[in-house]
Amino acid sequence: MTSLPGPPPDLRSADAALAALLLAIDPIGLGGAVLRGAGGPVRDAWISRFRDLLPAGSHVGKLPAYVAADRLLGGLDVPATLSAGRPMFEKGILATADDGALILSSAERLETDKAALIAAAMDSGEVAVQRDGISSRLPARFALIACDEGQAEDEAVPPALAERLAFHLDFSDMMSLEGSDAGGIDTLRKRMAFTTVPAEISEALCTSAIALGIGSLRAGLFALKAARALAALRGHNIVTAEDAAVAARLVLAPRAVRFPAADQPDEAAEPQEPDAPAPDQDAQNDNSSPGEMTELILEAVRPVLPKGLLEALDMAVLAQSAKSGGGALSAKAGTRRGRPAGTRKGDPRNGARLNLIETLRTAAPWQRLRLKLAPGRTGIQVRREDFRINRYKQRNETTAVFVVDASGSAALQRMAEAKGAVELILADCYVRRDRIALISFRGRNAEVLLPPTRSLQRARRSLADLPGGGGTPLGAAIDQAALIADQVRRGGGKPLLVFLTDGRGNIARDGTADRAAALRDAAEAARALRVQGFRAMVIDISATPSDAARQLAGNMAATYLPLPHADASRISRSVSTAMKAGGTSA
Amino acid sequence: MTARYPFSAIAGQDELKQALLLTAVDPLIGGLLAFGDRGTGKSTAVRALAALLPKMRATTGCAYHCDPDSPDAQCAACRKQAQHKVRSIPIPVVDLPLGATEDRVIGALDLERALTKGEKAFEPGLLAQANRGYLYVDEVNLLEDHIVDLLLDVAASGENVVEREGLSIRHPARFVLVGSGNPEEGELRPQLLDRFGLSVEVRTPGDVTTWVDIVKRRESFERDPTAFLAQWQKAEDKTRRRITAARKRLNDVAVPDDVLERAAGLCIHLKTDGLRGQLTLMRAARALAAFEGAKETGIVHLRRMAAPALRHRLRRNPLDETGSATRIDRALAEVFGP
Repeated sequence: MTSLPGPPPDLRSADAALAALLLAIDPIGLGGAVLRGAGGPVRDAWISRFRDLLPAGSHVGKLPAYVAADRLLGGLDVPATLSAGRPMFEKGILATADDGALILSSAERLETDKAALIAAAMDSGEVAVQRDGISSRLPARFALIACDEGQAEDEAVPPALAERLAFHLDFSDMMSLEGSDAGGIDTLRKRMAFTTVPAEISEALCTSAIALGIGSLRAGLFALKAARALAALRGHNIVTAEDAAVAARLVLAPRAVRFPAADQPDEAAEPQEPDAPAPDQDAQNDNSSPGEMTELILEAVRPVLPKGLLEALDMAVLAQSAKSGGGALSAKAGTRRGRPAGTRKGDPRNGARLNLIETLRTAAPWQRLRLKLAPGRTGIQVRREDFRINRYKQRNETTAVFVVDASGSAALQRMAEAKGAVELILADCYVRRDRIALISFRGRNAEVLLPPTRSLQRARRSLADLPGGGGTPLGAAIDQAALIADQVRRGGGKPLLVFLTDGRGNIARDGTADRAAALRDAAEAARALRVQGFRAMVIDISATPSDAARQLAGNMAATYLPLPHADASRISRSVSTAMKAGGTSA
Repeated sequence: MTARYPFSAIAGQDELKQALLLTAVDPLIGGLLAFGDRGTGKSTAVRALAALLPKMRATTGCAYHCDPDSPDAQCAACRKQAQHKVRSIPIPVVDLPLGATEDRVIGALDLERALTKGEKAFEPGLLAQANRGYLYVDEVNLLEDHIVDLLLDVAASGENVVEREGLSIRHPARFVLVGSGNPEEGELRPQLLDRFGLSVEVRTPGDVTTWVDIVKRRESFERDPTAFLAQWQKAEDKTRRRITAARKRLNDVAVPDDVLERAAGLCIHLKTDGLRGQLTLMRAARALAAFEGAKETGIVHLRRMAAPALRHRLRRNPLDETGSATRIDRALAEVFGP
């Protein structure tokens, strides 16, 4: 789901309507749907249609993105425990949703650890609770509707969750929802239980998934289930190639990362009628081979693949790597006060959060004694010395933002050494569990190769793929770096900007090759950086220390380190020291 | 209770399955880490292992199900008794779910008894349940740091020490630690990484046949779990018998000196940190030999276990594109010849 032009809205609308139906037929098997695009009447209509399709009395709950783990899983019901005088358990949102559905709003804001909890419940069909002295397993089989309002490429539903939802529907620019009605979802569910899938259809669906570059087996399974639900809907007992083709368009196409290798898509191809009437195709199945069927499926998928997918492959891969892991982490970290790190004795005032369970536990052994001392009182007696408060470890980690000059002038000179330095720093970040981000600039603009992440693998990959050559858009690079640094700071982290450049900008902010304007822009951007108070260092990678780089460092009040005098390990040491010192002067 | 997908029906993922079975043959191998792509059945495989494990003898009425036959590893209460009542129980496979709190992991004051009866009693936690069995952490790289610290302590000492709420308790907690996760969501702390005996990399299979097998089997399992389980019962029984036989044989499988020397040579060549790698490699190779019915551990067994036993112990070069498996293959070729 990149911002590339996708299939036209009316086709998407019909597909979305169909997806709602299929999901209502097999909510648990298909897992749910990602609804991408800003909230609006069409998306609301989709949700209420889905709700109406479910059997009467099905529970449809709301799941806020900033949900706390104890609400998600359940835990000790403190008021009930206090009044009953013995531990009482309260179900969490996941267990309450059993046999129903959950609507997750602002899904792009959901934190990775919460996503993992939801994913675990979806995998096992139950929620395992091991907290607050409670050990329980409760059934939790539900469909999840994740509303993803992310604007930017790297704002999206946590991949671990998106992976478990069969349908990924794009609601942007959709004007209305196609009508469709199905009588009696119960009947359809029963009918689906009897539909069978011919072996060659399973094979064709899997082959298509692989041809589209889809790396997850769940996608294949979802396509199969969607095909069976579709067969039930259309009233046949055996899944036809036509069913499989439509299922592939719904489930596989949005996950595709490449065009099937067979032949290039016809750019002028008219989108197919989405819900073409299916004449009796059962007979036809008997003599079509898996190969032909795969071609049929891919044919159905092609028109809905984003146009220009092939050319934009690099972009798609990039977007995907941005989505996996780190993603919108920096944006949402601001609301968290750190990871829980146990409890300690303390005063619940001063903004600390009382941990009721631990407090009760501390008070419990004294109840008999206290009752003797104050015989008239009823209920549990809690004293100030019993208070236990939650400890949080502030995630005040440093994020090193590397801004690497990959232009022709720099690349020719010290690129290899610069990479060597980054390599050493990376290893160090890994040990300290700091985060790093990578921006490269060349040609006309600066590009975020890697948003802040702790994943060494991804850092390694993006640095290795770093292309070189072209102009030096220094101003744009500094702007981009400031943007990332600001995000990091708003998320509660400490940014450290590390520029690896020769300081010889020759592309202005507007993309024109004007050296004077370029220098002016760079100086201006550098001063803006200083005003914002970001810590920075400039590592001069020209052959001999250059005035340009020194000036740049001066403008942004950065530490200046000429590479000729600094071997890779010295640079690494300097950066490490800066990171340990941490902090911004703001 | 939902039905569990049978181990034998898992298509592909041979390295993962093999490694899991070997931890059952010799728990001293020290656990397993399965890291890799999403949707490849990592947790399915781990959870399916439970059904394959043979039963074990345990003292009756003990929260830590102590082994009646090895007094050294017993809890204080069991050690005091001269005679034990013995029962046969399944080897525990305990899930440590994300979001678990410290009190449930190490155990805490029993709140119910404290509140209703005013008694100070210890309610054992997951570590107690997992004693002599498996502790499984899915998404282990997302586990909160203070829980990880706790696991590291216990895994190193084999003992859980609880000092809280006026309780002072220590009990045996020896378990096989199994973790799974996706590296894209975060790296694992090096200290924890080192605790895992074996490590396997799980990839989505690239061939259509395996895909089709997996998808078809999963589909038919979900449609009718009972029939599916019945269909695989024979294969399951067979594997269980193999594990039991291998466990019996394990101590009789010799490790000749030249094999030991080769193992040491390989570790030196790869510059793996510490002795733990070499020890794990030797144990895993021996368990493999026992599982396959060999009389003694051979170079073949060593070669096959080199990657899972050593790949997570290689010094990391963050920018080295060469995968750890390739580096091990190269070292194998250099040490053993092609």
